[in-house]
Amino acid sequence: MSSTLSALLYLAASVAFIMSLRGLSSPETARAGNFWGIAGMAVAVLTTLAQPGMQVSLWMLIAMAIGGGGGLYIAARIEMTALPQLVAAFHSLVGLAAVLVAVAAFYSPASFGIGVPGAIKLGSLIEMGLGTAIGAITFTGSIVAFAKLQGLRSRALEAMPMQHPVNAALAAACVVLLVWFCLTGNEAALWLLILATLVMGWFLIIPIGGADMPVVVSMLNSYSGWAACGIGFTLQNTALIVTGALVGSSGAILSYVMCKGMNRSIFNVILGGFGTGAAAGAAAGGAKEQRPVKSGSAEDAAFIMKNAASVIIVPGYGMAVAQAQHALREMADMLKKEGATVRYAIHPVAGRMPGHMNVLLAEANVPYDEVLELDEINRDFAQTDVAFVIGANDVTNPAAKNDPKSSIYGMPILDVEKAKTVLFVKRSMATGYAGVENELFFRDNTMMLFGDAKKVCEEVVKSIGGGGH
Amino acid sequence: MATTEITQGAAQVANDAAALAAKAQALAEQAAMAQQAGGAADMLAMFMTVFVLACFVGYYVVWRVTPALHSPLMAVTNAISSVIIVGALLAAGASAVGFSQAMGFLAIVLASVNIVGGFAVTQRMLSKFKKKQK
Repeated sequence: MSSTLSALLYLAASVAFIMSLRGLSSPETARAGNFWGIAGMAVAVLTTLAQPGMQVSLWMLIAMAIGGGGGLYIAARIEMTALPQLVAAFHSLVGLAAVLVAVAAFYSPASFGIGVPGAIKLGSLIEMGLGTAIGAITFTGSIVAFAKLQGLRSRALEAMPMQHPVNAALAAACVVLLVWFCLTGNEAALWLLILATLVMGWFLIIPIGGADMPVVVSMLNSYSGWAACGIGFTLQNTALIVTGALVGSSGAILSYVMCKGMNRSIFNVILGGFGTGAAAGAAAGGAKEQRPVKSGSAEDAAFIMKNAASVIIVPGYGMAVAQAQHALREMADMLKKEGATVRYAIHPVAGRMPGHMNVLLAEANVPYDEVLELDEINRDFAQTDVAFVIGANDVTNPAAKNDPKSSIYGMPILDVEKAKTVLFVKRSMATGYAGVENELFFRDNTMMLFGDAKKVCEEVVKSIGGGGH
Repeated sequence: MATTEITQGAAQVANDAAALAAKAQALAEQAAMAQQAGGAADMLAMFMTVFVLACFVGYYVVWRVTPALHSPLMAVTNAISSVIIVGALLAAGASAVGFSQAMGFLAIVLASVNIVGGFAVTQRMLSKFKKKQK
């Protein structure tokens, strides 16, 4: 295959990848988008196999079949609630693959056309070094993110004392090693760089808390793109460069959206900014006197919602933990039968990855046109009879609007307090992730429904079904 | 008198022109040589161009993605970033058997998990997004 033809085919693959992201602008075109992605990948792989000098062996096909089979098995088996972990695990594989390819290129540069061993061009060394470093950080960082999302506990996942100064020193060491490697092309420098960046990725994610994982997962998504990009420069392959840039900017934009949803900067998230705030909030909460809250039973909730003309459901991570989405949809169906309009309001940072709630609701057969984003639905709370908050807390806290001292001040929230009645499904009175007391719990128009999210929904369904007829 | 001046002037101009032509020729040769030597730099500039333009394309395309589909977006970008398999295949397909080839094979397996798994899980997610039935 001539080099012009293969360059054109790689271009075609890049365009297909762009089309695949373009498809996601609407749920109607999204499935076609996915097929564009698959087509692009097929073109890229076949073009590579048809390169001159390429020794296509049976082993290659076997390697692809093993990997592909494993991937298919995992994708078919995974629970939708475990998606964030899965994505994190997949990111780690891209990171490791980038490191391996860079190492392969270092030891046999001739097969990539970038020089001979020991005398690789400076430009290629820089690209290779960057690709390796970012890939290694993505690899271990994603493993930590996976472990945290999976709820694994271990000493290795706990932040050390002096974590931030240690990280700063390590980052400096990584830069020094990178420069050393680029200037000399030294073998030892490469391995030390890989080692240092592997540790760096681990240490970088350790101090970050669970609810900040949407940002972390997006950030690692972005890194995996930049790593691919770095390797693309090394291999002088436009398909890799374009794809890496697409993925890199996609992850960066998602990180930005998530940070904005919490009114925090990316640095604040990476430095684990809520650590101190949580402690202070807890202390303040302990000092306060016990305030009365109104709590009710599932029957009470069923009665209130049965007489409501409009209900807005606000799901949060608690719904995912309790796997309550199916029971919730059943409840919504009952309410619709009783004549109420039911809609769902999604906060940008609800759940553990961007768009997490939307996927869970879609899985429970909730039509996507009933699921609305914060700015689409926020004005409607004032004309709503019941706001049903299930497994969410901080994203409804009015302190974000009216208490400049609160650590969540400035965060955009769902105005559930404007609804006539607010029903809070919660396991206990514990504060949310930010460690801030929620004023709403003590209001007159709020009723707390204590219990497991799924059980509460099921009981409400029973009461609605059994009560009226 | 005037004619000799004119002839002399014309000869001068002719000489200048010849010198200029020679200079131009030398310059052209130099430029050609510089182009050959600077080929690598030109390639880098070209790939940088591709990279920067792709970043802009990515920026505008991704902002258009509806927030409801941010999870599938992550899954599909994860799948397509495994196009790094191209590098893995090149390493594994080298004629010399050795360490690099082994690295290549390992990278093929990892990237394949991601490609198939990523697209399959995206498909699974997207298949659940349905409109209200009326």
